[in-house]
Amino acid sequence: MRTFYTWAAIFIIVVASTAGDVLLAKAMQRIGDVGLIRQQKGIFAVVRRVLSSGWFAVAICCMAVAFFSLLFALSWADVSLVAPAAASLTFVANALSAKVFLGENVDRRRWFAAVFVAAGVALLAR
Amino acid sequence: MNYRKYLVLLAIIVFGSCGDVLLARGMHDVGEVRLDQLPHLVSAVANPWVVVGIGFLLIFFASYSTALSWADLTFVLPATAVGYVVLALLSHFFLHEQISVQRWLGIFLIVAGVGFVAGGPSQTERHAEHPSSPPEELRTPVVSSVSGDPS
Repeated sequence: MRTFYTWAAIFIIVVASTAGDVLLAKAMQRIGDVGLIRQQKGIFAVVRRVLSSGWFAVAICCMAVAFFSLLFALSWADVSLVAPAAASLTFVANALSAKVFLGENVDRRRWFAAVFVAAGVALLAR
Repeated sequence: MNYRKYLVLLAIIVFGSCGDVLLARGMHDVGEVRLDQLPHLVSAVANPWVVVGIGFLLIFFASYSTALSWADLTFVLPATAVGYVVLALLSHFFLHEQISVQRWLGIFLIVAGVGFVAGGPSQTERHAEHPSSPPEELRTPVVSSVSGDPS
């Protein structure tokens, strides 16, 4: 039963984390290059634009779910399984979601990068 | 990609890695949190290691958001994964932890993965819209703020 809960926690972390990343990327894409906005209108204009974005607010909520799920899981589950599994699966889920939901050009090179990094993180974090 | 953008990527690597370590150190002190003790999870925020870890992760988050405003998610994530390698090497040279063959293989795979995206473009070209260009309102001169200025 503990194994089921551990994988359920990993699943929730991966889904929430991926949704958070994709929504944050969506929000920042819509806002535009914050470096340019800061140069022309100041740092407060950047903060105002970011905080008034609905996509940003939902992204924060998803990331909060992922963060507390990870904190919760790390306190009782097998760290050597949860940390690498969640991190590496999130890399692959992000590449897939970025292609589907953000329309990013995930070419062969980026797929290789996502899979290599995911495998590397899984080996390193054990 | 100018040097400021590389600095933002560096900030993601440094503050993300250190934040995770500080948080892990703090949760080690807090101990196990069960489903029926969820308020205990909130009390973890009172732990100094967790507080500093959250501070680092906030800086990481600001840098990460900044990077996503001018680069693709599938570029930023692998490019900043080198933080895992930095952590492993720091723990080897400063904490004298042994790195097994398995971990060296992990380091090699991450470096290879970062190499794949490092040579490519940081952003998908979009013909309909250009996310890296300034928003419409910034392309026209701002005159309203000085219209009432007699000088």
